[in-house]
Amino acid sequence: MMQIQKKRPGDKDPGGNGKKDIPKYILKLFVSGILQNSVRAIKNINEICEQHLKGNYNLEIIDIYQQPDLAIGEQIIVIPVMIIKYPLPERRIIGDLSDVKKVLEILNCK
Amino acid sequence: MTISIKKTASTIKLRKIPTGISGFDEITEGGLPKNRPTIVLGNTGCGKTVLSMEFLVKGATLYDEPGVFISFEESKEELLANMQSLHFGLASLIKKNKIYIEYLEIEKNQIIEAGSYDLEGLFVRLQNAIRYTGAKRVVLDSLDALFYGLDIRILRLEIKRLFKWLKEKKITALITSEIDNGFITKNGLEQYVADCVITLDNRVINQTTTRRLRIIKMRGSGHGINEYPFIIDENGISVLPLMSQLANQNFSATRISSGIKDLDGMLDGKGFFEGSSILVSGSAGTGKTSIAVSLINSTCKKGIPGLYCAFEESTSQITRNMRSIGINIEPFLKSGILKFYSSRPTIQNLELHLISIQKIIQEFKPKIIVLDPITNLMSEGINSEIRQMLANFVDFLKALNVTTLFTAAITLESIKLNSTDEGISAMMDTWILVRDIETNSERNRGIYVLKSRGMSHSTQVREFEITNHGIVLLPIYLTPGGILTGSAKLEHELNEERQDQLTRHGITAEKSEIERKRKIMEDSNALLKANFDSLAAELNRNALEKEINEKANRKNRDEIINLRNKQRGSTEKTNGKPK
Repeated sequence: MMQIQKKRPGDKDPGGNGKKDIPKYILKLFVSGILQNSVRAIKNINEICEQHLKGNYNLEIIDIYQQPDLAIGEQIIVIPVMIIKYPLPERRIIGDLSDVKKVLEILNCK
Repeated sequence: MTISIKKTASTIKLRKIPTGISGFDEITEGGLPKNRPTIVLGNTGCGKTVLSMEFLVKGATLYDEPGVFISFEESKEELLANMQSLHFGLASLIKKNKIYIEYLEIEKNQIIEAGSYDLEGLFVRLQNAIRYTGAKRVVLDSLDALFYGLDIRILRLEIKRLFKWLKEKKITALITSEIDNGFITKNGLEQYVADCVITLDNRVINQTTTRRLRIIKMRGSGHGINEYPFIIDENGISVLPLMSQLANQNFSATRISSGIKDLDGMLDGKGFFEGSSILVSGSAGTGKTSIAVSLINSTCKKGIPGLYCAFEESTSQITRNMRSIGINIEPFLKSGILKFYSSRPTIQNLELHLISIQKIIQEFKPKIIVLDPITNLMSEGINSEIRQMLANFVDFLKALNVTTLFTAAITLESIKLNSTDEGISAMMDTWILVRDIETNSERNRGIYVLKSRGMSHSTQVREFEITNHGIVLLPIYLTPGGILTGSAKLEHELNEERQDQLTRHGITAEKSEIERKRKIMEDSNALLKANFDSLAAELNRNALEKEINEKANRKNRDEIINLRNKQRGSTEKTNGKPK
């Protein structure tokens, strides 16, 4: 299982100003670990999360070779793809997330 | 060393796997390239999905090659529902894990691009499905759906990678795509990515849908280059292969009687050649069907299976009508030696008919086929196409050594107007023309053999009658003015008889005249002779008289002289005596 989970619940965050358990962002990144685009995507999303969504996100990185069932369930074809489960509406960002500006725009953070 | 060379040679040669689709493996000369991707191009509703699904179904059922169907357009449920009308047994194949259907849904609206990507998701799912079923065959239907809104440059690379990947996995794949708006054609991918490209076409000509299949490209292999008509029925796709196989044909020298004794007489005395194509043409009501039935009736009697394709009349109609001319085909229908295929040409189009007939031929294996009339089939579609199709069909039948009789409403006049008619007649080995000979307000039937390859046939026009005991050819009646038929012939006959009688009478009269003259001559001869005789007799008598007279005279004179002499002496003596 090459599942990378990074949970930063709000209440554990010192600067959480009394917010609830539910993080503002629930993200699922589907990758294929061996490919360049996927490797870059993992690096990029980690940076984005650390810099812009600190302590306010739930990121799940799924390797489709390890969990093909999840890939079928989510109708994954293009890799890498990040599904923004929350906030709604659900959206998909494809690509290695190198266009940070665009990603932030969609995530609606400055 | 030699072994390695052999190995190279065998790897260079493109191997094919049979699709199992009726007629398809014939035109592709063996099927699809083994372990290679094939692109199927065609617009909506032309049968791409059915073709690819049948490829998998036949693979699973006939060749024990499981298949994976990746659908981008229809869900598994939709696909199953759509295939319900076809006898594929898809549900049970899925249950047996012989076929695996996966639906790849693309939500185009919610995709946002942010950087470069690949299609690894597709690869993973494909690999999973292949591993799950042990698939040898894969279908991607249709690839286009995938690519709306994605970067063309990335996709081109990914498609190439996909094809390469499929080859490495030793998968024979069918990838479908639209022609006009399709991703593959738009980018010219079919030109260099695929080893085999097939187009399907679905056009409407004269309100009739006609489906066509064509192999555009088949790397390193021969294939049929024509457009082949195909149909989709409950058994799936049937391609009409109809390859020209003239070269492979063995022409038979066996003869088959036409069932009409006098017609055989016109054909070298022996009838048609076995396996030849015969055209009986003529306008309506000239007795074409009767000639056709006569042939099939005579062959059925000999136990040769025959197929009668009737496009104008129903089976019962023909049976009834033929009974009226003394031909009873019912027993043959009952015994199964004669089969009927009757259908109105408007119901199906030409290739549907030909494919249906072809199916019957393959199952029933008749040696005699009648198509009555072929002109009805020709009423639909473009002339050149029909001609091609029929030419192919004729070749197909010849290859099977089936004797085929076509009837057609073609006349020498119509040929001038319609080039198709000429084309059809050119395909035929034997062409018999039946025609009306209209004179003196009546119609009679004339028959003649316009051509018959490979035999010295009669060139005469014969009158024929359809009697209650079949077709009868009447004796030839030629006059300096041409052929005479019907009442004109009768009149001529009567005239001649009168003439004959007159002549005969004249001769007798003359003969008796001669006799009479002879008699006269002889009579006058007799008279002349009689005259002569009497004259001669008279003359003779005269001459005799004269002679007698002369004699008498001379005697008298002598006597007188003597007397005088005597008197002179006595006078001397008797001088004194008075007399």
